[in-house]
Order: sequence, then structure tokens, then C-alpha cells
Amino acid sequence: MNDVLLSVRDLVVEFPKRDKVLTALDHINLEVRRGEILGMVGESGAGKSLTGAAIIGLLEPPGRIAHGEIVLDGQRIDNLPYGQMRRIRGRKIGMVFQDPLTSLNPILTIAEQLIETIRTHLPMNEKQARERAVELLEEVGIPAARRRLDDYPHHFSGGMRQRVVIALALAGEPDLIIADEPTTALDVSVQAQIIDVLKRLCRDRGASVILVTHDMGVIAEAADRVAVLYAGRVAEIGPVRQVVKDPSHPYTVGLMGSIPSVVHDIDRLTQIPGSMPRLDNIPQGCAFNPRCSQVHDRCYRDRPNLIAVESKPDNQVACWLFDERASS
Amino acid sequence: MLAMLIRRLIQSIVVMLVVAFIAFSLFQFVGDPINNMVGQEASAQERAELRERLGLNDPIPIQFMRFVGNAAQGNFGISYRMARPVSAVIAERLPATLELAMISAFFALSMGIGLGVYTALKRSGVLSNFIMTVSLIGVSLPTFLIGILLIYIFAVELRWLPSFGRGQVVRISDWWTTGLLTPSGRASLILPAITLGLFQLTLIMRLVRAEMLEVLRTDYIKFARARGLAQRSIHFHHALKNTLLPVITITGLQLGTIIAFAIITETVFQWPGVGLLFINAIRFVDVPMMSAYLVLIALVFVVINLIVDVLYFVVDPRLRATKH
Ligand SMILES: Nc1ncnc2c1ncn2[C@@H]1O[C@H](COP(=O)(O)OP(=O)(O)O)[C@@H](O)[C@H]1O
Ligand SMILES: [Mg+2]
Repeated sequence: MNDVLLSVRDLVVEFPKRDKVLTALDHINLEVRRGEILGMVGESGAGKSLTGAAIIGLLEPPGRIAHGEIVLDGQRIDNLPYGQMRRIRGRKIGMVFQDPLTSLNPILTIAEQLIETIRTHLPMNEKQARERAVELLEEVGIPAARRRLDDYPHHFSGGMRQRVVIALALAGEPDLIIADEPTTALDVSVQAQIIDVLKRLCRDRGASVILVTHDMGVIAEAADRVAVLYAGRVAEIGPVRQVVKDPSHPYTVGLMGSIPSVVHDIDRLTQIPGSMPRLDNIPQGCAFNPRCSQVHDRCYRDRPNLIAVESKPDNQVACWLFDERASS
Repeated sequence: MLAMLIRRLIQSIVVMLVVAFIAFSLFQFVGDPINNMVGQEASAQERAELRERLGLNDPIPIQFMRFVGNAAQGNFGISYRMARPVSAVIAERLPATLELAMISAFFALSMGIGLGVYTALKRSGVLSNFIMTVSLIGVSLPTFLIGILLIYIFAVELRWLPSFGRGQVVRISDWWTTGLLTPSGRASLILPAITLGLFQLTLIMRLVRAEMLEVLRTDYIKFARARGLAQRSIHFHHALKNTLLPVITITGLQLGTIIAFAIITETVFQWPGVGLLFINAIRFVDVPMMSAYLVLIALVFVVINLIVDVLYFVVDPRLRATKH
């Protein structure tokens, strides 16, 4: 069996505007292997959420996939008709959003939401689905799950609601979970628990996870590999140990260097001068060139693609510094 | 729940008292009741006696209390114009107005919600845009003009429907006559019901559309899509339920205004309801009739408000007392 579950190839996402077309994702390439947790980091606006939305086929118009392909389990899914894609959502790809307070329908009970989701994807009757719902709630660590089943979302705390959200995302037993900043909106005290639940359940099921987060501590602790996004492009992707401890791309170097172990939040980094360009203002060549300390002529001219880094197996970086042909 | 209900009830009573005071004041300011009751030839002494007998010399607060006490029992005195008890005349006319209001409320609600949902789901469709444009016209045309237009088209030109009256009615109990049981009664209802309901329809439609669009943008709808739920369920179960919640309040109030605004429609279509009664009462300065109508309309609003509150409570789980 192929060990790649999801592969995103040259994905371009555009927003047509009145007078021009904004390219929000510009040739994104990444793979998610079976059973792994791929961390995804980058400043706000780097394109993390859009990547997730494109994969699950829920880009909001006028946003559209203009180029590239998304292959899940050997099947191309970016061009599927609505009816077929719907059966992939929830069943093959699950999604966990950022804010558990707004992710649940306020006027339906937890049971109603869980049972409907279970029965959409699995051949169960009402009673079986209800039992399954109790099991799911127990698995995500809701105390007295059976009794809480008929409660409404507002009866739960934020952390508990995110557990319910995870249960809902897992209800169709998907192979891939996209968790978009699942703990950002939560109390610091419960963040680690939620990541633990997510990690444990996905490991038990052999499901893969794309874990979008601002928290480098979480990445270091939970992820197997990590992708660094910058201005709608992948700057670097590779095993966590290499990317976090021994980064290659100058942007990643700045990112990691600027994060002493206590400050986890990427948006508060200040060590790299300047800020990420807006979509209508991305420079020619390498998007990072205005801020890069090791910039040279070529960076202003040509855009670097992901290339393997010698001496670091499995690491890929989009930077001309690592182009062997040029340096040899 | 109970506390809220009691608070609302007290508020309602205060509102009713204020309206009652206004209705009561009519007697003080609009003409001299004695003049309306006795002929020109009555002597000054006769007038004074009548005044004393009717309690018109008592202090105002006492008179007001008496008015409220009588009104609470449905007693608004004798109509100057018809020389019959006001309550009896109103009871006779009420079925016509209520029937018209019900039918047009049903028409406004069902079409309003249906079209609102449709135009929200098919946001950029040709038909949606057409409906939105027409509805704009609907909001801006005055009711009487719509009524006259409908009469011109369907009664005068096409001769499909009657232009005035209630048609043939059937008495189904001592206090209720209905036009719903005869073909002519039903046909007579159509034009006035549309005229009366059109404005509310467009309001409800625009409200439902805006609210539905809002709901469709929420995280829980996105999450429902991301779980692969059926489109139909997302739209009509998850989204519509949340849409209708805030719509209930406003719609409830709209239904109150339907009864109040029936005056214009009833005048245009010569519909024998309480609205027409009120217009005629004004024309003849029939003060007891006017004051009774004021109190009645206020009562309708207050009762609808109470029902809406309770309904909202029943529908929204967040307002119900927590189980734990
Ligand atoms: N509807 C839209 N129209 C135009 N630009 C958009 C739209 N949605 C997102 N973008 C842009 O796409 C980029 C990536 O957004 P996003 O994926 O949400 O970033 P993040 O990495 O913070 O999740 C941002 O620059 C954002 O401004
Ligand atoms: Mg985001």
C-alpha cells in the first residue's frame, strides 16, 4: 500500500476581483502520509486555512482552484461533482474549526448533530447511531457521556465543546483530519488536553492529521513533519526535528530563532524585519526577498521551487541558497 | 420562565392601562357626550340630571376607574350612532376582520418565508433578482393603491373576482359568521387578503432572506458542510430553524399590524369588519365606538406580543432553564 494518503500538487487558488486576480495560494506542493501528523505553520494570511478549504472542497466563491490537483488515496478529488465530493467530506476528510463556540448548531442537541453525521456516512439505524454517539463522546473524554448526549451546545464549556467537535469530525471515520487552529480560541489550560485527544484518537484509528497552529510548542510535541507557509507558498517542508531544530530556509530560521521556548506565538515574532506582503503586492522572484538577510540577484528574478536539501533526507526547501547546480 | 411571564404580564397591563386612558380621554375632549345623547330641545336641567346620573360630575380618577372596570367586562357603553351596545356591534363585525387577517397573515407568512428562503439560496439567480425587484415595488406602493390596482385588474377588467363585500356568509355559531364555506365568500376574500398581506409578505421575505444569508455564513453551517451532510438538511433543517428564530418576533408584531392596518383595506373593499366600523365611527364622532376600537387593537398587540415571547422561549433552547 502506498504510504502517501494525500498529495497536493501545484495547487493554485485565486480570487477574481473587479480589476485583477489575486493569487492566494501559489503552487502549493505537499504530501500527507498515512497515520502522520503534518504540522502547518505560517503567519496570519499565509494561506493555511485556504489550503484546508481547498482540500475539502469548500472554498467560498469567488475563490477557486485555478490550477493543480489534489489526490486522496489515489483518487483525484479537486474536480469531483458536488454529490461525490459530499460523500468524501466527513467520510474521508474530517475538519475541525478554530472556534468551538460557533462550530456547533446552537439549537440542535449534541445527539441530533452526532446521529445525523453518523447516519450520513455509516449504515446504522437511529439506535445504533445513538450508541455510536455515546462511544464517540466517551472516546473524546466527555464525562457522563450518555447523560450529556441530549444536551445543547451551550451546556458545555469551550474545551468540552471542542471535544464534541472532534467527535463530530471523527463520526464518519475519516482517513484525514484537517484541524485548523483547534486550540487558538481555547483557554491555555485546556489546549494541551485537546491536542492530546486529537493525537490519541487519530493514532488509534490510523488517521492522518493536518494540524494548523500558531503554537510551535504544539508542533514540536505533536507533529511528525511540518510545512512552513509564506505568502501562499510552501517555504520549507520536512521532519519536525530538522525544520524546528535545524531549519534551512532563511524564513524558517528567523521563525524558529525568534521563538524562545516561552513565546510560542508566531504572530508576535519580531526578529525578521518587515512583514509578509499583501496578496496584491507579492514581489517578483522569491516572495521573501525583501526581508531576507541572504538575498542575492537571482532571488529578485526567479521564483525558487521546492528542492531537496542535501544532507537532510526528506527535507525540501524553496530557496536558491540550496540550489546545487548554481553553487557547484 | 414563570418570572419572565409575570414580568411580561405586568408590562402588558401597564400598556393596556395607558391605552385605556387615551380611550377614556376621548370622551373628555371629543365633543360633549350629553349633547350626543339628548336632543337639542333638552333643557339645562335635564342635561344636568343626566350628567349627574351618568357620573360625569365625579372626579376624573373615579370616572377612569369606572371606565376601566366596565371595559374589562367588555362594556363600552352605547354607540351614539347606532344606539346599540358597542360590544355587540363589534362582536358582530369582528369575525369578518379576523378572518381576513388570518388569511392574509397565512398568505404573507407562507409566501414570505418561502420566497425569502428561495432568494437566499439562489442568491444570484435571475428569478431571485426579479423577485427582489418586484418586492421593492411592493414595499413602496401604498396599500390603497395596491387594492385599487387589484380591483381594476381582477374585478373590473378580467371580472374574475368580486370587488367589494364579503360575499355570502354562513353563521356557524351565535358569535361567528364565516365566508370560508361558500364559493362567493372565498372569492371575496382573495383580493382583500392579498392587498392586506402584500406589504407584510415583502417585509417577511426580506427579513428571512437577510437572516438566512447571515446564518449560511456561520461556522456551524460550514462545519455541517464539512461533515458531508445532505444539502437539503443543511438548508432546511440546520439553517432554516436558526433563521426563523429571530424572524418570529418581528413576524409576530407584523401580524398585529395586519389587524390594525385592516382599516385601509376594509375601506377600499367595503369589507364589513371592525376597521370599516372604526372609519365610520370617526366620521360620525361616535366616541364609545372609537374608544372601544382603540382598546381592542391594543389588546390584540399585547396578546400577540405575549404569545411571541412564549413561543420564542419554547423554540430557543438557550432561553430555557438549564437542565443541570
Ligand atoms: N474571500 C477572499 N477574498 C480575497 N482574499 C482572500 C479571501 N479569503 C482569503 N483571502 C486571502 O487569502 C490569504 C490566505 O488566507 P488564509 O488561508 O485564511 O490565511 P491563514 O494562513 O491565516 O489561515 C490571505 O491573504 C487572505 O487575505
Ligand atoms: Mg486561518
